[in-house]
Amino acid sequence: MSKITVSATVNGDAADFVCDATETLLDVLRDRLGLTGAKEGCGTGDCGACSVILNDRLVCACLVLGAEAQGAKIETVEGLANGETLHPLQRKFIEHAALQCGVCTPGFLVAAKSLIDHNPDPTEEQVRYWLAGNLCRCTGYDKIVRAVLDAAAEMREANHAA
Amino acid sequence: MVKVGLWGSLTSYTGGATHVEVAAGNIREMLLALGQNYPGLKPHLDRGVAVSINGQIYRDAWFQKIPEGAEVFLLPKLAGG
Amino acid sequence: MPLDAKPGMDFKVIGTRPVRPDGIDKVTGRARFGADFNMPGQLTGRVLRSPHAHARVKSIDVSQALKLQGVKAVVTRDDFNADAVDPALMDVLVNVMARDKVLYEGHAVAAVAAVDAPTARQALKLIKVDYEILPHVTDVEEAMKPSAPVLHADMFTDGVEPRPTKASNIASRVEFGHGDVEAGFQQADVIVEREFRTEAAHQGYIEPHAVVASMGADGYAEMWCCTQGHFMVRNISAHLNGVDVSKLRVTASEIGGGFGGKTTVFLEPVALALSRKANRPVKLVMTRDEVFRASGPTSSSYVKVKIGAKKDGTITGAYAELAYQGGAFRGSPVDMGAMCTYACYDLKNVQVVGYDVVVNRPKQAAYRAPGAPQAAFGVESVIDELAQKLGMDPIDLRLKNAARDGTKSSYGPTFGPNGLIQTLEAAKNHPNYKVKLGPHQGRGVAVGFWFNFGGQTAVSMNVNIDGSIALAVGTPDIGGSRASMGLMAAEELGIAYDKVRTIVADTASLGFNDVTEGSRVTFSSGLATVQAARDAIKKMCGRAAQMWGIPEDAVEWKDGHAHPAGANAGNFPPMSLADIAKDAGNTGGPIAGHCEVNAEGAGISFATHLVDVEVDPQTGRTQVLRYTVIQDAGKAIHPTYVEGQYQGGAAQGVGWALNEEYIYGKDGRLQNAGFLDYRIPVCSDLPMIDTVIIEVPNPGHPYGVRGVGETGIVPPLGAVGNAVSHACGHRMTVVPMSPPRSLKAIKG
Repeated sequence: MSKITVSATVNGDAADFVCDATETLLDVLRDRLGLTGAKEGCGTGDCGACSVILNDRLVCACLVLGAEAQGAKIETVEGLANGETLHPLQRKFIEHAALQCGVCTPGFLVAAKSLIDHNPDPTEEQVRYWLAGNLCRCTGYDKIVRAVLDAAAEMREANHAA
Repeated sequence: MVKVGLWGSLTSYTGGATHVEVAAGNIREMLLALGQNYPGLKPHLDRGVAVSINGQIYRDAWFQKIPEGAEVFLLPKLAGG
Repeated sequence: MPLDAKPGMDFKVIGTRPVRPDGIDKVTGRARFGADFNMPGQLTGRVLRSPHAHARVKSIDVSQALKLQGVKAVVTRDDFNADAVDPALMDVLVNVMARDKVLYEGHAVAAVAAVDAPTARQALKLIKVDYEILPHVTDVEEAMKPSAPVLHADMFTDGVEPRPTKASNIASRVEFGHGDVEAGFQQADVIVEREFRTEAAHQGYIEPHAVVASMGADGYAEMWCCTQGHFMVRNISAHLNGVDVSKLRVTASEIGGGFGGKTTVFLEPVALALSRKANRPVKLVMTRDEVFRASGPTSSSYVKVKIGAKKDGTITGAYAELAYQGGAFRGSPVDMGAMCTYACYDLKNVQVVGYDVVVNRPKQAAYRAPGAPQAAFGVESVIDELAQKLGMDPIDLRLKNAARDGTKSSYGPTFGPNGLIQTLEAAKNHPNYKVKLGPHQGRGVAVGFWFNFGGQTAVSMNVNIDGSIALAVGTPDIGGSRASMGLMAAEELGIAYDKVRTIVADTASLGFNDVTEGSRVTFSSGLATVQAARDAIKKMCGRAAQMWGIPEDAVEWKDGHAHPAGANAGNFPPMSLADIAKDAGNTGGPIAGHCEVNAEGAGISFATHLVDVEVDPQTGRTQVLRYTVIQDAGKAIHPTYVEGQYQGGAAQGVGWALNEEYIYGKDGRLQNAGFLDYRIPVCSDLPMIDTVIIEVPNPGHPYGVRGVGETGIVPPLGAVGNAVSHACGHRMTVVPMSPPRSLKAIKG
């Protein structure tokens, strides 16, 4: 099977890879680029565990082909923190115990970042509907929603002060 | 002597008795005595049972002592999620 | 337990809410879950599964698959020696690889290992299986009929005398209770009798089963997998493959949810067999479709409940009949369901009969308080209806009949101290119980019970040179338990929480540990951690005594320091743990505490749940407006994670109550094997979930801990059922109460 050569930007760094035509972006991230933060919970776009941001749009990496990433800008959970400094969402998820097993957490963080990028001051209802594409089986979502609202508030305050 | 309470479906092996008495000082002795005195019980005991002593459930504790006059019940082997 | 509780103990770190030690790994993507492990030279495995619900496997021809370039191994039933397998594990073997028959759609019949996934998938298509299709049955009530197709020709109902002579799908009959229920019903002023049905729900963990196995030609093997019990995986996988247990080392990865579903093996023995044959590491990962079709959901059930009460609410008699299907093998949790059915009540006359039934569905696996929610749905619904008929508040009716310290339980033993009454009183006084409801809204109350277990546990605690602690436990951390262990170690040693690093050790590094199940980890590994800490403290006191030249028993441990015990022992400045650790090399070598124990003394946990719902009269869709969980934790080690267990259990119960079900076609095939059609609650389906932690200490644990993980899923079916019934003006008797069912109830 002939392979396709792809050049993309992942978390700000150039990433070149070859892949099969049938390989998903999730397969590429996990198996070819060693970025296993995005998880395969379903492979059908129903669970959101593989959420990544592709050209500023929130997508399920399992529903995008690797070959489609040519020239794209991709953000994954691995790119959220800035060196030692966690993204406020990451910090708030830990503080609020917004994770139990933690397998859905990368997807939630990426989805929540995309929400705050689009809407810095979301209501509880907006958070709940934005995150409705991400499944969590452990927490009942209570602490996740609180963590996202708290992180958004802190980020607004920081922007205001700046 | 230990007075052992049985769950309902086991009473068919004890002639309908819901409680039987055996000589035993710990769980292992009790299970051995039950199997000898009531051979119909043996396959159930071999498959694994839990034992409640004074309200405390023991799943695997042969040498747990059974105090004089203790309330003892045989229970199915328990598993959780 | 030999451990003495410290009455009125003044805790320093227990009950605080520090961040978890694995937090950073889990928010940065660094944490390695089952499918995140890879080995050099690793092959990709795939499993061929039966498309039929019930069929005889006449032959399996793998020759074409083996000829495909890139295929390195194929295994079938012929690669497992059934004659050498312990009869107690025979069902496990038959479940991981079908033998003479396939017993459900999705049953494994062969597996391949190839250089990549496309090759492995192609190889599966080249395996020729000759099936003789047999009649099937997937419904529990149908399976009990004399005319039903029989799954196992050697299944004669246990627990019935005389033993039946005709094989059937009823594996066993169990019965619990005491008193005389008929006499009880004679004394009743009001009797309610109803039939209920619950569909099967899946645990729905977000991480599919995954394993990497690597076996060398010398028979030594390594395995990484996501499991609730890597010692269990080791013992079973080694046994089914005829390998010494010591030759297989299993490391538990981070686990992406289990809820009971990862307390057994599916892929692991097969991966080991493939690796042996290929002489290369093999990775097997289930798809979501396989998780639904081939890993264990819980039982579907038929439940009949009859309860009689006097005008003042006193229950005079209670009867129930349960039939649970456990999939294609014996072992549904009907026995535990039967024991839990009336555990919340103090009853003079009670009888519960249960039937364990086999059908052509995947072998059920434990799911959070296995067996209890189905029975509780029936009982809590009937109690609610009784309250309506008696004109009583449903909490008052429960308070009148609630089990308390000294109650003879419906399954035999007498209860010790417990918090049921406190949870009911807290519910009655909760602001959420007083909110005024609008049109199409309803409120439900229900109570629930779970036993909680202890079990085999080994813990090792190493005191490092700088006074920090390495704590090795053998129970996979499924929801933050490393934080709780760290707290207990810090409390006992008298040091800071962040000085303790807790890890989940592999099977070669620690004594055997039972599976993480039965809400046992914070109790058992916690108890073992406390004992290991006391062992280390004893050794450290000995070292201090040596340094001071005084007898060991003249040294006591306080606030992280060795002190001379009283003026007679001498006047020495206290030595900190770090001081003692620094000189360990010169005072006798490494210092470590150990505990190997069969933890007994787990404490029961009761809960009361309150829920308000609104049912849309146009669509029948139910929205949960408010949800309150009130549960006895004994002692909350890390209250935030206790709340998390309460909220998670409630959310799973709400999903089961309103949406989740296995839907089978006439062909015996599962029709909704994906998260789109098997819909678990999403963020927008739920409100915030309020929690109240009641603490009635468990006398069997040094800090009073009770397991909290499982009870939370017991009340929701009944609580939501009662709320929807009131909102619809019609008694709901089938779970899930999906929109079509609720709409039918409203329209009549």
